[in-house]
Amino acid sequence: MTAITDPATLDVDRVRADFPVLARRIGERPLVYLDSAATSQKPLPVLDAVERYYWYSNANVHRGVHTLGTEATELFENARRRIAAFIDAPEDGVVFVRNATEGINLVAASYARELLSPGDRIVLTEMEHHSNLVPWQLAAEHAGLELAYIGVRDDGTLDLERAAELLRPPTRLLSIAHQSNVLGTINPVRQLVEMAHEHGAVVCVDAAQSVPHMPVSVRSLDCDFLAFSGHKMCAPMGIGVLWARPELLERMPPFLGGGSMILRVDLDHSTWNSVPHKFEAGTPDVASAAGLAVACDYLDAVGRDRIHAHELSLTRHLLDVLDEVGGLSVYGPGSVPERGGAVSFNVADVHPHDVGTILDREGVAVRAGHHCCQPLMRRLDVDATVRASMYLYNTHAEIDALGAALHEVKRVFRV
Amino acid sequence: MAVGFSSVDDELFREIILDHYRNPRHKGGLDPADVTLEANNPLCGDEILLSLRLRQGAVEGIAFSGRGCSISQASASMMCDSVAGKPTDEASATVQRFRDMMLAEGGVDGLGDLEALQGVKRYPVRVKCALLPWNALLQGLADGSAGENRP
Ligand SMILES: Cc1ncc(COP(=O)(O)O)c(C=O)c1O
Repeated sequence: MTAITDPATLDVDRVRADFPVLARRIGERPLVYLDSAATSQKPLPVLDAVERYYWYSNANVHRGVHTLGTEATELFENARRRIAAFIDAPEDGVVFVRNATEGINLVAASYARELLSPGDRIVLTEMEHHSNLVPWQLAAEHAGLELAYIGVRDDGTLDLERAAELLRPPTRLLSIAHQSNVLGTINPVRQLVEMAHEHGAVVCVDAAQSVPHMPVSVRSLDCDFLAFSGHKMCAPMGIGVLWARPELLERMPPFLGGGSMILRVDLDHSTWNSVPHKFEAGTPDVASAAGLAVACDYLDAVGRDRIHAHELSLTRHLLDVLDEVGGLSVYGPGSVPERGGAVSFNVADVHPHDVGTILDREGVAVRAGHHCCQPLMRRLDVDATVRASMYLYNTHAEIDALGAALHEVKRVFRV
Repeated sequence: MAVGFSSVDDELFREIILDHYRNPRHKGGLDPADVTLEANNPLCGDEILLSLRLRQGAVEGIAFSGRGCSISQASASMMCDSVAGKPTDEASATVQRFRDMMLAEGGVDGLGDLEALQGVKRYPVRVKCALLPWNALLQGLADGSAGENRP
């Protein structure tokens, strides 16, 4: 008998069958993987695409005239088109990079450092990942720019009044996470873009935690730059995307120099290839790009609205389970529509690493630490937190397993 | 085996470890201190600040401050307990025995309460936590005795 499934809900058993690693056991226990915000697991079609590339089509891109070279180039350029469609953006703005970090560094180095002037201000927020802090600090130091920060309110949302004050001259650039990897907060990017544009500032979106989890449209966000990593959205490690307005890419000098990014090289100077190739120096990770395109297909086949709804339902359940466990401090927005499926908490006076070790014994994989957000940890007045993060393959039963494992933490630590 | 392991003790988070974590001994600063050392594990953010006063070939005073997991903090507290007031060569020998216990195969006797930390060996990523304060002490004893020998 075929199961009749509600078209609005995600068939999680079917999804899980596509992820071989989810069948693993950790010691005696089934693996409960709640660390997808760090990196997601990979489904078979993506693994197949990578393997197929190396078995049948491996060659360098944009170089030879032979058949394999042509096929590899086509795969790579088709991947670019697929990703542009996935984020609803013009395709000549898609620059392949290694990860979100490299994408943000590209903007900081080739836009902020090169095109902004001393005294110009860059606005960030207190909840940013180190990847969306340090590149701007480097650029600011180099180019004499000012940095200012939008604060985080006690409920884990941004202080929008402060944002309104900061998003005027001399601010020339705002860079902001779409979704916080610690708090799960979904920031009102569209509104912030409007505020920034009104005063002539550009906006860079760190979409590392949003593109994998919900439909994201560059056209409707109206942002100027958007960076994300393939490995958090079912694709291989080693491939990421920076989308940038093509007219900005035209004005920006190259980030890295080398093969592929040039038109003509003389001994005393060179001219640059067209956008976006100007920003892609050297041999790219073609297999991972092909894998990323297939990951886009996979996520769209499951349905991003459905994935988002599934995660919201898991998040609601998780917040209830944490409440039921009791004695925990939970950080970030309490209500679900303002937050995605990354939830940070602490268990009484138990250090997050100790919680992580006990959960691991129970087969439950979570992240414990500062999550590359040290300024946010200081804002929350903690050294570290435990974070459970969810994706399309997680189940309500796994959240219950986390709850049971947290009771074990409380038992061991007598809290 | 040292006494005090009840049968409900967790193999890793033994009662005595939790006790030292929650009620650390020798916690704070030392005035005057001859040597202060900082040890940290950037991977997990554990920090230990160790202060030592070495007089006449003995550990006259020892104290630590810091933050981190139960293993690193309890290890620091138990370490201070085990070497406070002891001759420095005895303290050095304890450091050596402890490191051997944590890093070598097989068990070690004669370390008293410190043996409770043996459970950590089964968790390779946590061994660093247990050793963190001991690395600081090793360095401090070396620096301190160099200082004591100065005219
Ligand atoms: C919000 C956010 N930004 C940026 C990054 C950096 O991603 P990557 O390490 O793949 O460059 C992460 C990854 O943890 C993240 O969560």
